[in-house]
Amino acid sequence: MTEEPIIYCKDVHKWYDDFHALRGIDMEVFLGEVIVIFGPSGSGKSTFIRTINRLEEHQQGQIMVDGIELSHDVRNIERIRMETGMVFQQFNLFPHLSVLQNVTLAPIWVRKWPKEKADKVAMELLELVGIPEQAQKFPGNLSGGQQQRVAIARALAMQPKIMLFDEPTSALDPEMIKEVLDTMTDLAESGMTMIVVTHEMGFARAVADRLYFFDEGLIVESGTPEEIYNNPQEERTKLFLSQIIQH
Amino acid sequence: MTNNQPSISSKDKIPFYRDERIIMIFAQVLSTVMIIGVLIWAIINFFKAAEARNMTLTFGFLKEAAGFPISNPPIDYEPGMSYIRAFQAGLINTLLISGIGIIAATIIGTLTALARLSSNWLLSRIALVFIEFHRNIPLLVLLFIWYFVVFGFVPPVKESLQWPGPIFVNKRGVYLTWPRLTETGGIFIILVVIGFLVSILAFTMLRGRRKITGKETYYIPTSLFLLMIFSLGGWFLSGGTPFQLDIPYLKGFNYQGGLRLTPEFAGMFLSLSLYTAAFIAEVVRGGIQAVDRGQLEAARAVGLSQFQVLSLVIMPQALRIIIPPMISQYLNLTKNSSLALAIGFQEVFAVGKIAINQAGRAVPIFALIMLTYLSLSLLTSFVLNIYNRRIQFVMR
Repeated sequence: MTEEPIIYCKDVHKWYDDFHALRGIDMEVFLGEVIVIFGPSGSGKSTFIRTINRLEEHQQGQIMVDGIELSHDVRNIERIRMETGMVFQQFNLFPHLSVLQNVTLAPIWVRKWPKEKADKVAMELLELVGIPEQAQKFPGNLSGGQQQRVAIARALAMQPKIMLFDEPTSALDPEMIKEVLDTMTDLAESGMTMIVVTHEMGFARAVADRLYFFDEGLIVESGTPEEIYNNPQEERTKLFLSQIIQH
Repeated sequence: MTNNQPSISSKDKIPFYRDERIIMIFAQVLSTVMIIGVLIWAIINFFKAAEARNMTLTFGFLKEAAGFPISNPPIDYEPGMSYIRAFQAGLINTLLISGIGIIAATIIGTLTALARLSSNWLLSRIALVFIEFHRNIPLLVLLFIWYFVVFGFVPPVKESLQWPGPIFVNKRGVYLTWPRLTETGGIFIILVVIGFLVSILAFTMLRGRRKITGKETYYIPTSLFLLMIFSLGGWFLSGGTPFQLDIPYLKGFNYQGGLRLTPEFAGMFLSLSLYTAAFIAEVVRGGIQAVDRGQLEAARAVGLSQFQVLSLVIMPQALRIIIPPMISQYLNLTKNSSLALAIGFQEVFAVGKIAINQAGRAVPIFALIMLTYLSLSLLTSFVLNIYNRRIQFVMR
């Protein structure tokens, strides 16, 4: 491909004191791609996705998002955060603000949109994730699945080019997982560039363009869903897949 | 099997001693009777004892001349004036020391908490030492340290320490250079107050418009500019001299002019506000730390700046946790001001104590003292609770 990758990671390393959490991650993501990262807990997959918008600092290597290099320059960090939306495992909605205010907070104060415009866009997004009728409620009154969909709307309100999902369904009750995955599938089909850390292999198979298997801070294997599912090359990948799929 | 007949039925009338409704009413009545009985006994006993000792329980004596001096009356007071007047002087001293103390303790405490949470190792350690020192020493000891040790070792009047300002410190107290209003100063003050109100109005309106239209309305510079214009206008209208600096000067054996803080007031103020500040610092730190880390990450992830994260996301949530224990600290500070008795700063309790010796009316005077503290505390918590209720989560 001659096209520039929208996310470019080269030899990314990260230490927590003595613990080597990321041991040289290389990854290129192109516009419109959906990437799924999976792996055992402690494999560094969440740490990696959080280095992309600088919630964690990488100590070595290069990360570029939409041509902006992630460095200690605060301006670059703020720009990258405007380009990337993030959805967390624990939703992390602002409990003191209504659903609508959660979604409009950043557009109003960071993008400096008029309140009317922010409200209008927010309502469209809430419509998109299927809960416009909850706009005036507070997060504490919503179910987990609804909260996570608000969180997706909140991230989308900044009109990011990339969406990062850090185990978005892990904290949800089984019957709510589907509503969130459906929303994410719609989003993927609309052409959004997404990096998703998840163990929902059904979702991965249906939506992902490429899968990455992480273990012990390294990319063990990567490929299309078919390659990874039907013909995994590494023993570690086979073992992990057999453990998470057979139950 | 559709047997709807319970094996143990209550179809028969429930005997009253097993009826839970009757048992509950009975328990209520019994406890009420007991409490009222004890109260009546205590009151009757009290009046009998008072009569046997010839104690009068009226407040009439309050109009009589107090006959004792107050070393630092905040209002005009002579020993020939009534007990009421003496009591008022003490009350104003209490209000003064608590009011200024609360403001100072809040500011120092909040700054200390932020320092304690800062990633700067040195700053955080200094804050820790400050907090632990003041939290772990009894207030009375701290009071004595400031009053007897610090003010005990400052030089006598003739060799006063001179700090920039000028501020003079000697055994008789702290003498501050103080701006006193001139005759035209009133105009200045009025215009500054108006300017302040106008700029707050402009700030809120422009900030609101900025939020609604999204256009930069420069609300911070505009409101500051307005305040400046009004202040300058006031300055010129008052002929350029709204204030006259009242500089303390040595005359005879003492300093004249300026604002004199007695060693008693200064010692009391410093120990009370530093002591409470240490507790407030922990309250504020606890409140900020109790906000989930995910909130910080989510706010950062949507692109809010450091300051916006703090003011729009962290503080609104931390305040809900901070306010209730903060009320307790304010009440503590007010009540702790009664320790001023130990160094002779005559606030309401110290005045009351002398009045008891003079008039021998322990019961009415203690009742009056208790009532005073009670009203102060209730008033403080009433006002702050209104605020607290306004900012609590709307959820649930």
